[in-house]
Parts: sequence; structure tokens; C-alpha cells
Amino acid sequence: MSILVDKDTRLLVQGITGEEGLFHTEKMVAYGTEVVSGVTPGKGGEWVLDGKIPVFDSVKIAKKATGANTSVIFVPAPFAADAILEAADAGMETIVCITEGVPVQDMMRVRYYLDQRNVRLVGPNCPGVLTPGEAKVGIIPGNIAIRGNVGVVSRSGTLTYEVLYALQNLDIGVSTCVGIGGDPINGTDFIDTLRMFEEDPQTEKIVLIGEIGGTDEEEAADYISKYVTKPVAAFVAGRTAPPGKRMGHAGAIVQGGTGLAEDKIKALEKAHVKVAKHPEEIPSLL
Amino acid sequence: MKLHEYISKRIFAEYGIPIPGGKVAVTPNEAKQIAEEMGGRSIVKSQVLVGGRGKAGGIRLADTPEEAYKYAQDILNMEIKGLPVRKVLVDQAVDIQDELYLGVTNDRAARKPVMMASAEGGVNIEEVAQRSPEKIIQCHIDPVMGLQNYQARDLAAGIDLSRGLWRDFGTIAHGLWEAYVENDATLAEINPLVITKDQKLLAVDGKMLIDDNALFRHPDIEEYRDLDVEAESEIEARKHGLSYIKLDGDIGCMVNGAGLAMTTMDIIKLFGGEPANFLDIGGGASAEKVAAALRIILSDQNVKAVLLNIFGGITRCDLVAKGILDALQEVDTDVPMIVRLVGTNAREGRELLEDAEMETADTLAEAAKKAVAAANK
Repeated sequence: MSILVDKDTRLLVQGITGEEGLFHTEKMVAYGTEVVSGVTPGKGGEWVLDGKIPVFDSVKIAKKATGANTSVIFVPAPFAADAILEAADAGMETIVCITEGVPVQDMMRVRYYLDQRNVRLVGPNCPGVLTPGEAKVGIIPGNIAIRGNVGVVSRSGTLTYEVLYALQNLDIGVSTCVGIGGDPINGTDFIDTLRMFEEDPQTEKIVLIGEIGGTDEEEAADYISKYVTKPVAAFVAGRTAPPGKRMGHAGAIVQGGTGLAEDKIKALEKAHVKVAKHPEEIPSLL
Repeated sequence: MKLHEYISKRIFAEYGIPIPGGKVAVTPNEAKQIAEEMGGRSIVKSQVLVGGRGKAGGIRLADTPEEAYKYAQDILNMEIKGLPVRKVLVDQAVDIQDELYLGVTNDRAARKPVMMASAEGGVNIEEVAQRSPEKIIQCHIDPVMGLQNYQARDLAAGIDLSRGLWRDFGTIAHGLWEAYVENDATLAEINPLVITKDQKLLAVDGKMLIDDNALFRHPDIEEYRDLDVEAESEIEARKHGLSYIKLDGDIGCMVNGAGLAMTTMDIIKLFGGEPANFLDIGGGASAEKVAAALRIILSDQNVKAVLLNIFGGITRCDLVAKGILDALQEVDTDVPMIVRLVGTNAREGRELLEDAEMETADTLAEAAKKAVAAANK
């Protein structure tokens, strides 16, 4: 078992003919992910990867033709909200949006729409989801994680790779790694992922990687103390970040005294989560 | 992106929100002329993107056009919290009976916009929120349906506004909501919203923050960007698509990915050093981008050592190494560099750098320790 993506994932790539979409489709296929089709409006009828993957004009048509159940989105930010809504409307069960820079008001409306339907969005502005040995949906390098029992959830990209790499160096395997993304409003949050890990029999331990901005880590800490029985280790980035400055990620900002790393660490420690001083310390806390 | 008061109020006026008569001046003479044309008393207000302008002497009440000239002259020569005053807004002075607050912003936790009103306007609303939260009336707005009339009435009633002003208050609340939505604001705020002695509502001060991610559909707003609030190096970085923030320490950092860039700063501090900057070169960075990043880091005279931490995923370590070598040909420097390359094409990258006499590190902790030691030499 694992969460969100596995060997039954039939993946559709939105924005498959773009530079990034194509590059990562190749990597996902090489990893063994079953990529069944792609969508680029206006390019229906074409094929990519030496005629292996058909391209369609819309998600609805692609789903009907190829039975896709999961979509990964690589379209540019101005069109990302539309792409998410299209995927939801076509009946995708899981949507993973990699795109960075989606306007926050777009995401508020998208989130409002998705909340009324039975669909799971991961991201935007995220590296995707990796279930080692089964499926790679997104851009997490496949060679830095082995199959195992640790569930990883993170708001960051390369910082997550750093943690996966540190785990792999000690032969510690991962059940699923979920990058929930660095935007202030996203589809799946820490609590959603913690709930899935708690219910997943393969996952025995959990790693949570947070950063400054918002109160997601504090809410996660509260949830952990009430509902999570599996041990959790954490790292929070941004102890040295100056207030009022956005640290790269749209959501990573200390504002009006909220979003501080210290407060998040305190809340997590109070919930008996072991918090690492730096990411390479995480494996020793598990 | 922050908008100046005069631009925010101009936008508010387009949405039917009443604002005082007034114009922007860049010289004392212009200020005098504006005051003369309007007649009566005027207020001369510095246009800088920091709070606390009044306390710093950046807002003055002028009884005559001559006084407006004098205050404009004083204020245009000021620096407020390190920012030069380049413009003043000369507004018609109003007789104030009461000061209210009205604002709309994104509530991250609720994933919805929230409109807030308070009978305690004209002061820092964050202080009111901490001191007496019950004095701020909140109302979450459905992002699809928009602000409803009853919600505006609830806010008016919540702050004990006299019933005679409810209709005007509703017009202003709807105008503010539309200004917020149509301009992709993350904050649109009237503080204070004034009740004048003749019982009219007037937006005397205004502030808007615009979502940087939405500027692609507001090219007109992008033109209002005030470059004074950013360090020169930060402006240069943005041109190259780099995310850079200058800090006060002496260890320069170049990292791919925002979370890892923050972590690299944290670990430098953890081992006793001080980071000189936050710098994310982004995913899939080219050699040119890396070279630009290194030039920007080295342009900071405080930098005594540079730590390059690259976790190759989409980013290829050999291209990063090439960028470093390119930059070193242009910039003559004896600042020690510590390089850590992991992931995609890391070996090729390390081989390229072998002749450049750079210290390398395998782990993040080792890299940070070496950078701190190099800076303290």
C-alpha cells in the first residue's frame, strides 16, 4: 500500500508538448509510471515519445480514450487554474499541479469548486508525488528514494530531495513522498496527508517538512496530538528569514507576527514531534 | 507588490469610493499650486512605502498654500526609515468626526477572502487585533458569489455605525471588494475611513498590495512598481529570474530551490555563521543564470565566503559548474568558495571545478562548517 499514486495510477499529462511537460514525461515513463495520454489544446492527434503516448485536445476526450484516472499539470501559470478545473470536471480522481506562480485568487476559486466535489488536488507549486517502485507523478528525482515504511510530506521541493537522499544513504525506505507545495492556498494540506498516512498500513513513521508562513504546521501539530499514533519527525525551514520578506515561495512569509519558524517548532514539539535542527539529522530521529 | 497611497486611492475612486480632492506633487511649487487651486486647508503627505509616516513627520497640515510649499519642501528632503521621499500627495483637509477601518484580505487558514471593519480606525489595525480583537468585526466572503449586501450591513451594524450611513458604507464595501478582486489584490484597505462633521464617509488613506503572481494580467499596475523599496542587487536579480534577498551577514549563498535556500541560511547560523543573502536560482538554471547569481553575491562587499549548495534534480550540476567557471573569468575575486553538488551530473560538475581550487563538501552540515570557518579566517 501507499497513498495517492501507485501501480494502478493511469496518468495523463496536461501540457505534455511543452518543454517541461515533455522532459518530465520521459522521466516518469522511464521510472515505470503508466503514462497513458497527454493533453495540449490544439495538438490533438499528435504523438510524443516516439509514438508511444497519444495527445488529445481535452482531458474529457483523453480520459474516454485512455482511461486515465490521475492528471499531472505542467501548463504555464496563467492557464493553470483552467487546467485544474478541466481535469476535475472530466472526472480525474487525483490532480497534481506542478506549475509555480498561480495567482492566489485563482486558487481560492479553484479550491472552492473542488471542495464541493470528490477530487483530490496536490499543489500547485509542488514537486509532485512519488511512491518508490510504483509511480512517480511530477518532478521528484526517482533515484533518491527506495521503497520502505516512511511517509514524507513537505511544502518544499529540493529540500525534500535533500531529506529523501539522507534517508536513502542510511537505507531507510519511503512509502510515499508528497510535495504539497509552497503556495498560500493549495489543494492538499499537511492534515489531509497525515490522515492518509495514518490510515496507510505500509506507512509506519512520518516525516513532515515545513517552512515559515501561515499556520499549517501549528494546525498539523494539533491534529497529530489528537489523531496520529505513528511517530513523526519534522524539520521547519526559515529560522533565519527576516520578517515581511517573501522567501521565494509565495507562501513563505512572516507577516504580522504569524508564520514564525520558532512558533511552528514549539507547536510541533508540544505534540511530541521530534524536530531536527537540520535536515540531515532527520534519519536519526526516526 | 505594494502600491502607494495616491495610486491605491485613485483605484478606489474608480470603484465609486469617495476620496478627498487632491493631487501628487514632486516639487514645493507644485504643492503650493495644488493647495491654491483647491482652496482652504490642505494635508501634505509623503508617498513612501513604509508605515509610521505621521510619526516621522511625513504628514503635515497646511493652513495656507505658502505653508503647503514649506511642508512639501521639508518632506521632499526627508528620508523615512531609509527611503527617500520623491512625491507628496496634497489632499484637501477634512473635518473629522470619527475614524473607522475597512479592509479586505486573504485569510490563508480559511482559504477565503475576509472583510474586516472596526470602529477603531486611523491606528495600526494589527495592534488593535492584538489588544482588543473583539473590536474587529470579520466577515468571510465566498470567492465565487462575492460580497453580499447583508454582509456589508452586518459589518456596519457590528461597528455601531449610525443607520443613516449604512447605504454609503455598503457602496464603499462593494467598491472595495471589486477593487480587490479585479486588481488581484492580497490586501485592499481604507484606514481611516472617515466620518466627516457633515456626516459623509470618506477614504482618507488607502493601501493596496497586489499579488506578484497575477501581475501578468495587470501590466498597468506593474508600471507603478517603486524600485526604492528594493536593494539594487534585488532589482538586478529579478531581471535574471533569480529570487534574491539581501541580508546582513558575511556568507553568501547560492542554492536551487526556496526551501533549501532557507535551510542553507539556517544551517550557516546553526554552525555559528551569518548568511549574507537568500538566493534561489530556481529549477533548471542555465550557466548564464548561475554566473549572474555569483556576480550579484560577490557585489556585496560584506561577503567573506560563498557557499554553493546545489541538489540536482531538474538542475544539472555540470551546467552550474560551468556557470561558476564563466563568472570567475569575469569577476576577479579571492573570496573562498565552498561547493556542494549532489544529484544529476554531480560527478561531471565536480570534475569541471577540480582546477578552480574550490573546497568541496559531501553533506550540508560539512559544507556549512567549512563556509563558517572560511569566513572567520
